[in-house]
Amino acid sequence: MYRYDHFDQAIVDARVAEFKDQVGRRLRNEITEDEFKPLRLMNGLYLQLHAYMLRVAIPYGTLSGTQMRMLAHIARKYDRDYGHFTTRQNIQYNWIKLDQFSDLLDDLSKVEMHAFQTSGNCIRNISSDQFAGAAADEIADPRPYAELLRQWSTLHPEFSFLPRKFKIAVIASDTDRAAIQLHDIGLQLRRSDTGDLGFRVYVGGGMGRTPVVGKVLRDWIPVGQYLSYSEAILRVYNRYGRRDNIYKARIKILVNELGIAEFTRQVEAEWALLEPLGLDAPQAEYDRIIAQFADPAYDLSAPDTLDLSDPDFAVWVKQNVHPHKQPGYAIATISLKPRRGIPGDASSAQMDVIADLAERYAQDEIRVTHSQNLVLAHVKKADLYTVWQALAAADLATPNLDLVTDIIVCPGMDYCTLANARSIPISQKIAALFENDVAQQQDIGELKVKISGCINGCGHHHAGHIGILGVDKKGEEAYQLLLGGSGAEDTTLAKILGPGFDENGIVVAVEKLIARYRSIRSDPSERFLDTYRRVGADTFKEAVYG
Amino acid sequence: MTKILTGNRLETGDVLWWDGHDWSTRIADAVAIGDDGAPLLAEMIAAERINDPVLIDVTGTPGNWLPTTTRERVRASGPSVRADLARGSLSTEVI
Repeated sequence: MYRYDHFDQAIVDARVAEFKDQVGRRLRNEITEDEFKPLRLMNGLYLQLHAYMLRVAIPYGTLSGTQMRMLAHIARKYDRDYGHFTTRQNIQYNWIKLDQFSDLLDDLSKVEMHAFQTSGNCIRNISSDQFAGAAADEIADPRPYAELLRQWSTLHPEFSFLPRKFKIAVIASDTDRAAIQLHDIGLQLRRSDTGDLGFRVYVGGGMGRTPVVGKVLRDWIPVGQYLSYSEAILRVYNRYGRRDNIYKARIKILVNELGIAEFTRQVEAEWALLEPLGLDAPQAEYDRIIAQFADPAYDLSAPDTLDLSDPDFAVWVKQNVHPHKQPGYAIATISLKPRRGIPGDASSAQMDVIADLAERYAQDEIRVTHSQNLVLAHVKKADLYTVWQALAAADLATPNLDLVTDIIVCPGMDYCTLANARSIPISQKIAALFENDVAQQQDIGELKVKISGCINGCGHHHAGHIGILGVDKKGEEAYQLLLGGSGAEDTTLAKILGPGFDENGIVVAVEKLIARYRSIRSDPSERFLDTYRRVGADTFKEAVYG
Repeated sequence: MTKILTGNRLETGDVLWWDGHDWSTRIADAVAIGDDGAPLLAEMIAAERINDPVLIDVTGTPGNWLPTTTRERVRASGPSVRADLARGSLSTEVI
């Protein structure tokens, strides 16, 4: 994985020193809160319902064991012994104190981490496929290109005050595990018939208040030119994005207002001016970064078999383990959705366990998924049973990946100042219906339930096979029900089914939906989403509303 | 409707309520704010030591205040899903 060079470290050190000075000035009342607030937000520090919340960047969701151990240390020393992994592959701490913040930043920077550009109207953490570099179905590791985007976008002076926040995702498989069509820019690495690498470029996707599926801006841009092309997109957006209205300021609105043809024309015209200026990285820089993502030293004699005689282990392997490109190895997903748990939360002790396992058994790499789980991407099949036993001892081996209890949930009104309703309790009540019966969950099959506590959509409700949106109804929490969304390669937006529910009503409604699905699916292999697409909404409406 | 004054401490982010003399971490200590609400709020804002000071509606009696909105009840009690982190001055059961 990528290691900072002296430029990277110098940038982080300088920014940390700058922000520590700003924190000190605020604590001494030398600047007002109105002056300080935009500064702290640009450094990932929010004030939430109970305390300050810090969002730490995890570029393309990749961590070393040392970094994970530092995240555990921060949870233990500066917070309340836990952290929350987010849908942007980051981690959030909920109980941070401003007067301890300088020491925290110093600790983070020791392991090549920071929190800037996790908020504010700038280019946010670049996200990617959690199986990158390991997936059997990818054409190349997409992370070197995500890393170059990280370097390009870090403190980019022209793009530090965009009309609104800006999110980019990069993948290299036809299977989309990063929801690229729901990003401001989505990049899919592809290989041409002649063996060249290039990107398909999506633009103008997003969730939130105005959900939009991204459109193809260019079907092919050579890898050697994607940086200048991205710059051209950002320039057009920065110039014409709606700064007059925060609700219309995302690039998706600009693309829709101009139309994709005119937006494309403007980007191409801008790129024609930019590209000759030599902005793209020289081949040596590509080579330097790609070399840092080289495959680990695989044991070529590792046996490619698994002993599945332990039935609990077999269930976990079936659900949470994916094929690796290297025979003898596997990709293991660590569910952060345990029984009675809070989706995405991990204690400092659990983080330490995962760090140890990564160092001993997984080439010292951990991935964070946008579904709020973690991944050990390179585990020898021969070590998988040992890894599973250690995970199970730490309550980290729930076999529910992509099942009904693997729910994406934003923090909601239990923590977030923007939320209109709590979302975590809803996820827990839905999970409670199924979590004691894995066989039933597996019979229901892939079912992505996603819950947001407000219209901003951090819980990706518009991409849920079943989506739930918390709203405020005359001061009371209420919940809208949506069906038919997908954040995968077949991206669609979920649609509202009908009138909303209270806290208990929404749980009953989900139970009815699932019962109806099981009674009408064409066969057990037909997913909930496929049944919905085949039969439409009416039968589900009838099931829920009578 | 009875109003009480709340905010977050600058240094720690702690949720606080005005007890008539100082800031308390217990909603039970809050005092009802009468006609002096606006000048008190202006004073707190000018002092710049409490973030987001605001008057909120409550029902109940001194020592037993209950905010009228779910949001403020969550602020007073702690996350409803982490009873171990509850503040103690208001049960998460009331959320």
